[in-house]
Amino acid sequence: MNLWLPAASTNAPEVDHLIWALLAISVAVLCLVFGLMLLYMFKYRSGSKIERGALAKKSWRLESAWTGATLLAFFGLFLWGADLYVRLFQPPPEALRIYVIGKQWMWKVEHIGGEREINALHVPIDMPVELVMTSEDVIHDFSIPAFRVKHDVLPGRYETLWFEAKTPGTYHLFCTQFCGIDHAHMTGEVVAMAQPDFERWLQQNDPGETMAAAGAKLYMHYGCSGCHGGNGASSATAADSTRAPRLPGLSGSPVSLTGGSTIKADDEYLRNAILNPVERRVVGYQPIMPSFAGLMSEEDLLNVIAYIKSLSPGPAT
Amino acid sequence: MSTDSYLTDGDTLRSWLLTTDHKRIALLYLFTITGFFFIGGSAAALVRYNLITPEGMIHSAETYNRLFTMHGVVMVWFFLVPAVPVSLGNFLVPLMLGARDLAFPRLNLFSWYLFLLGGFIVLFSLLMGGVDTGWTFYTPLSTAYSQGYVVWCVVGIFISGFSSIATGVNFIVSIHRLRAPGMTWFRMPVFLWSLYATSVILVLATPVLAMTLLLLAFEAIFHIGVFDPALGGDPLLFQHLFWFYSHPAVYVMILPGFGIVSEIIPAFSRKELFGYKFVVWCSIAIAVISFLVWGHHMFVAGTSIYSALVFSILSYMVAVPSAIKVFNWLGTMHKGYIRFDAPMLYALGFVGLFTMGGLTGLFVAALGADVHLTQTYFVVAHFHYVMVGGMVSAFFAGLHYWWPKITGRMYPEMWGRAGALTIFIGFHLTFFPQFILGYLGMPRRYHSYSPEFQTLNVLSSAGTLVLAAGYLLPLAYLTWSLFHGEKARDNPWAATGLEWLTHSPPPTENFAETPRVTGKPYDYPPPEQAAIT
Repeated sequence: MNLWLPAASTNAPEVDHLIWALLAISVAVLCLVFGLMLLYMFKYRSGSKIERGALAKKSWRLESAWTGATLLAFFGLFLWGADLYVRLFQPPPEALRIYVIGKQWMWKVEHIGGEREINALHVPIDMPVELVMTSEDVIHDFSIPAFRVKHDVLPGRYETLWFEAKTPGTYHLFCTQFCGIDHAHMTGEVVAMAQPDFERWLQQNDPGETMAAAGAKLYMHYGCSGCHGGNGASSATAADSTRAPRLPGLSGSPVSLTGGSTIKADDEYLRNAILNPVERRVVGYQPIMPSFAGLMSEEDLLNVIAYIKSLSPGPAT
Repeated sequence: MSTDSYLTDGDTLRSWLLTTDHKRIALLYLFTITGFFFIGGSAAALVRYNLITPEGMIHSAETYNRLFTMHGVVMVWFFLVPAVPVSLGNFLVPLMLGARDLAFPRLNLFSWYLFLLGGFIVLFSLLMGGVDTGWTFYTPLSTAYSQGYVVWCVVGIFISGFSSIATGVNFIVSIHRLRAPGMTWFRMPVFLWSLYATSVILVLATPVLAMTLLLLAFEAIFHIGVFDPALGGDPLLFQHLFWFYSHPAVYVMILPGFGIVSEIIPAFSRKELFGYKFVVWCSIAIAVISFLVWGHHMFVAGTSIYSALVFSILSYMVAVPSAIKVFNWLGTMHKGYIRFDAPMLYALGFVGLFTMGGLTGLFVAALGADVHLTQTYFVVAHFHYVMVGGMVSAFFAGLHYWWPKITGRMYPEMWGRAGALTIFIGFHLTFFPQFILGYLGMPRRYHSYSPEFQTLNVLSSAGTLVLAAGYLLPLAYLTWSLFHGEKARDNPWAATGLEWLTHSPPPTENFAETPRVTGKPYDYPPPEQAAIT
């Protein structure tokens, strides 16, 4: 019987410490409760002639004492758990981004260099990795028990999850949000590799086309260039910047919307701008862009976004 | 023993099916929920059977998915939520209040018919069509991708929800209006207080479930985008609405159990309940805070970090009153004169199992640990400790304690104790291995699994046999006692409480004359004094 789970990420031992602490507290409380219960059951059984003495009358002090002690212990546990959680949701900015698409019932993974894999995820160790995840259909959940991380993968938006693998090895990947008939088969493996091995793996699986390069082709194919300009080359320029916003340098920069608000152009924003362009209108432009909802697959979207992000903010012409 | 009891007052089918006597309705309900308990239990047994081998003993994953959905739906809505209020609650609320009946006897009967109708529709959908969404009906799986009879199923639950609301309203009004002369609020037994808190939750939370299920049905039938992002909806909205009902519903299940145990431990310790007012206020506090913790089901669902922080600390807050209650029960036993009749054994089993369920709740309330443990077998084990270990033990404790009052017969004591022990042991054997499975990462709702999880799964499935025997035992000996049990005295436990003042079983009108209450509940003198007086 295997009762051991590898702790293969930087986060894993920290989660384990919290779980062991919770276990220690639980065992102590259980010993107290069961101990007292068994003691009283024996000592104060109805046949026992033991002198009971005066009953404890005033209960205020006792009640406040155990209420206070419980509150204090709980607050400590809350802070401990919250600290771990907050860090788990703040990926380091330099993290290596890998894209994950869940669908009934498989995981599709795409690396920034265009390398693709199915029901598997290869990652380097000693380097923060951020997964950008979405679903083509229902809600899934990307779970790596050995890293002590999981996060739901929702249709219609990008959710992220980050970790830093420590120990090379092959670990379980599970979908842990029930997603239909073959939910139990939506599994795979996470392979953590030393960085040189990972580089070699990338080269072996090099498709010859990065995500951005694939995105450039799609950018032409879907006719984006007609208004936003550019020919897929790195020096893409806006053909007519009065018709459509310039894309080079857009990613990560603030965008002024009609109505006065400003939004940061992150992946999620770009995705929405392609699928539902009139929802958040950019100041100074007419709502003439058609929606690409239903036309572009999640993979296409990720590639086009990768292309847009690759455009360097050259001078406007 | 009186010759004319509510049981002998009419023996036609009509006199049962059209009765407005709360005691007869309680028996109709008891009969119905027992049926649902064994339907849900059979589904659970098949689920455990399937998990004996990694590839799954049941050939089809779809069948397995339907089985655990059926187990969840039937157990949650047709056993756990209604069980204590509609059976023991219906029987005892008027008796404990010193009243003739509930405030709205016909509404009470109507609620049973609604429950039955809802139950039949749900069973129809589960058995004829099959629903494979899990009892949580997460969107968009349930609305856009499930080929089962989801709409029928939610309609059944929707209808039975109104039966919950009717029962809740009935209890609230009865407790406000029908207390016997002298029974002030703080002279009420804790069982009534806990049913009061339960009813408040039922009345406030069930409509939210009804609206949610209605929206779900609209989306599934008319393709109105509410929850499905492909139609412009928000799938997380469904989870918020669903858990806004379903978390308080957990307390609907457990609060009546607290009430039962708070009656039994004093009666068998021959001592006043320790910290009566604390126990009462804890029930109220739980009812209030239970509405503010739903987000802890969604720590990895894609909600904001800030909301997770708030829900985590509130989840710890709701655990405080539960912990206080455990200490108060122990305080009650301190310096008591403890007897170990079957009700007390079941009640002590409840305290043990509930404490373990509560403590493991601390693991999943801690955000960092929850990320690893949620959606695994750890959570399955945790809520089964609370709801099955805890709540079902409490239900059996109450059933044995009031069995003489309800039926006029004693259950066989040795068998009762054997049943309590078997359930306690069988329960640990079944569910303890699941904590470890969860920590090791085995996800919930998996028809097949990785081979390294097999040993623990086999252990758990083997435990099911003991647990099943534990549940069949009471069914057998309680049924036996109906015909062959020793005739019960009016107050076999020498317990306080107005329900023990009348005959066993009580006459239709409950009390020959309205009782008067002159003192606190749980006024148990030590045995020596009792012998003198």
